[in-house]
Amino acid sequence: MTVITDRPAAEPAESKRRLTRRRRRITHEGRAALLLISPTLLLLALVIAYPVVTALITSFRKDQSLQNGFFTRGGGFAGSSNYIHWLLQRCGTAACAPGTLGSEFWDAVTVTVLFTVITVALEMFLGTLMALVMQRSFKGRSLLRASVLVPWAIPTAVTAKLWYFMFAYDGIVNRLLGTHILWTDGQWASRFAVIVGDVWKTTPFVALLVLAGLQIIPTELYEAARVDGASAWQRFRYVTAPLVRPALLVATLFRILDVLRIYDLPAILTHGGGGTGHATTTLSILVIAQLEQGYGGASALSTITFLFIFAVAFLMVKLFNASVIRTQQSAVK
Amino acid sequence: MASTTTTTPAVPSRRSTVLRRTAGRLGLYTGIAAIIVWCLGPFYWMVVTAFRQVGFTFDTTPWPTHVTLDDFRTAFDTSRGNHFGQALLNSTIIGAATTAIAMLVGTFAAYAVARLHFRGKFLVLGLVLSAAMFPGVALVTPLFQLFTRIHWLGTYQALIIPDISFALPLTVWILTSFFAEMPWELEQAARIDGCTPAQAFRLVILPLAAPALFTTAILVFISAWNEYLLSSLLSNGNAAVAPVTVAIAGFTGSQPHQEPYTAVMAAGTVVTIPLIIVVLLFQRRIISGLTAGAVK
Repeated sequence: MTVITDRPAAEPAESKRRLTRRRRRITHEGRAALLLISPTLLLLALVIAYPVVTALITSFRKDQSLQNGFFTRGGGFAGSSNYIHWLLQRCGTAACAPGTLGSEFWDAVTVTVLFTVITVALEMFLGTLMALVMQRSFKGRSLLRASVLVPWAIPTAVTAKLWYFMFAYDGIVNRLLGTHILWTDGQWASRFAVIVGDVWKTTPFVALLVLAGLQIIPTELYEAARVDGASAWQRFRYVTAPLVRPALLVATLFRILDVLRIYDLPAILTHGGGGTGHATTTLSILVIAQLEQGYGGASALSTITFLFIFAVAFLMVKLFNASVIRTQQSAVK
Repeated sequence: MASTTTTTPAVPSRRSTVLRRTAGRLGLYTGIAAIIVWCLGPFYWMVVTAFRQVGFTFDTTPWPTHVTLDDFRTAFDTSRGNHFGQALLNSTIIGAATTAIAMLVGTFAAYAVARLHFRGKFLVLGLVLSAAMFPGVALVTPLFQLFTRIHWLGTYQALIIPDISFALPLTVWILTSFFAEMPWELEQAARIDGCTPAQAFRLVILPLAAPALFTTAILVFISAWNEYLLSSLLSNGNAAVAPVTVAIAGFTGSQPHQEPYTAVMAAGTVVTIPLIIVVLLFQRRIISGLTAGAVK
C-alpha cells in the first residue's frame, strides 16, 4: 500500500531530473548540429541567396546600353520600370512593338502554364498506368523497371536532339504517321513535339514515385476487400486511390515546379522559337534571350519567374496540404 | 456464421475465373510491351541511327542495313569545330568535382538532420527542399554578371560552383531519408564499448552507410552530367571547358547548313551508354534513392 502511494510523490523529482538531462543533451546536440549544418547553409547562401539578392538589386537598375559590343557601365536607378516593362509590356512610354522581347512576356507565361498543365496531367495519368502494370508480379519485372529508367537517365540535351531527329521532316514520326508536318517549326506542332519529349523523359520518374507509393499499401487490405466481395474497380477506387494519393501529390508538386522552369527541351528541340517565332518560348527561355540585351531587364524577369514558381509551390502545399517536408520529417522523427 | 455471408456475393464459376485470369494476363503483357516500346523505342532508334551510313539516315528498317562506325568517328572529329572528346572529359571533371563537394558537405548536414535533436530542423529541411526546387534562371543572370566581372566565364570553376546549387540540396535530401533508416543503436552500442563519437561514426556507421552514400553520389553525378542551362551560358563558348550537353546541342555537320543527324545520334549514344550501364547495374538502389523521402 505505502509503496503504491509513494510512487507518484517521487515521480516529479525523477522526471524533472530526466528533463534537465534531456534538455542538456538537446543543447549539446544543437551545438553539434549547427556545426555540421553550417557548411551546407554557407554554401547555399553563396550559390543561391547571393545571386538572388543580387538579381533583386539589379532588377531595379536600368539596362546598360550596348556600345561597340560592350555593356556601358552604370545603368542607374530604374525604379519599377523593368517590372512595368514585363508585366504591362511597356517599352518606354508606348506598348512594346511586336517582335520585341517585351511583347512576348504574357505569351511566355501562357506557353509555360500550357506546358505545365498538359505535361503534368499526361505524366500523372500515364505514370499511374505504368506503375499499376509494374506493380503486378511477373517474370523479368526488375528488367522492366530498369528499362523504365532509361529515358530518365538520358540527358535532356540528348533527349531534345533525339526527338529533333525523330520529328525531322523525313523523320520516323512523319513516316509512321504518313504526314509531312514540320514538327519543330509549326506553332502547335512544335508545342506538341516539346510535350511529347517531356512526357517521354519524365513519365518513368512519376511511375517510380507512384510505384513506391503503391508498394507501401499492405496486401492485407486488398485481401480484406476481396473477402468482402469488392470488384477490381472497387478495390482500386476505395483502397488503392486514397492510399496512393500522398505519393501522387508529391509527384505532382515535383513535376509542376520542374516544368515551370523548363528550358533545355524547347531551347534545343525548337531552338527556343517554333512557329511564329516564340510558340515554345517559355519564361526561362525568355530570361536567357533577355540576358543578351541587358542585366536589369533579365534580372527583373528572372525575379518574376522565381516569384511565380514560389507562389505556385506555396499554393500547392497549402491546397494539397501536401506534407512533402513533413513526410521527410516524420521519417526523421 | 459470418464467413458464409461474406462469401455469398460472388462465387464465380471456374470457367469464368479462368477466362478472366487469361484476359488479365493478356492485358498485363500488352501493358508491359507498351511500356517497353515507349521507353526504349526512341533510345533504340538513336543507337540504330548512330550505326547507319550518312546516306541512309532516314531509313526506316528496324535495324541498320548499312552498318558503319563512321558516325562515331565524325562525332569525335575535331576538324569541324566539334570538341566532343574534350567535352566528355570536361563533363567528367565537372561532375566529379560537383559530386565530391556536395557529398563532403551534404553528408554532415544530412547526418545532423537525421540523427541529432535540435530546434529548426523543420526549417533546415524546408530550406533544402526549396533550394532543390529553385529555378536555374533565377541564378544565371547574377552569376553571369559576377563571372564576367572577375573574368571567370569559360572556366571550370564557373561551371562547378553553380552546380552546387542543385547538387547539395539533392545530396542532403536523399541522404537524410537514407540516414533516418539507419540502425543508430549500433552507434550507441559502440559508444558504450568505449568508442569516441568520431570512432563510432567511422568504424560502425560509415561502413553501413556506404551503399547509401554511393547511391547518392551516382544520382548527384547524373544530375550534374545532365545539366545544360547554366553550363551553356557560363561556359561562354569556350570548348575547352564546355560539358557534353552543351557540345551536343551545338554540334555542326560536315557540310554547312546540313544537320549532322547520324553524328549527333552517335554522340548521344556515347554520352548515354555509360549512364545506362550504371543505371542497369544499380537500378534497385537508384530507384530507392529517387523515391527516398518522396513517399513514406
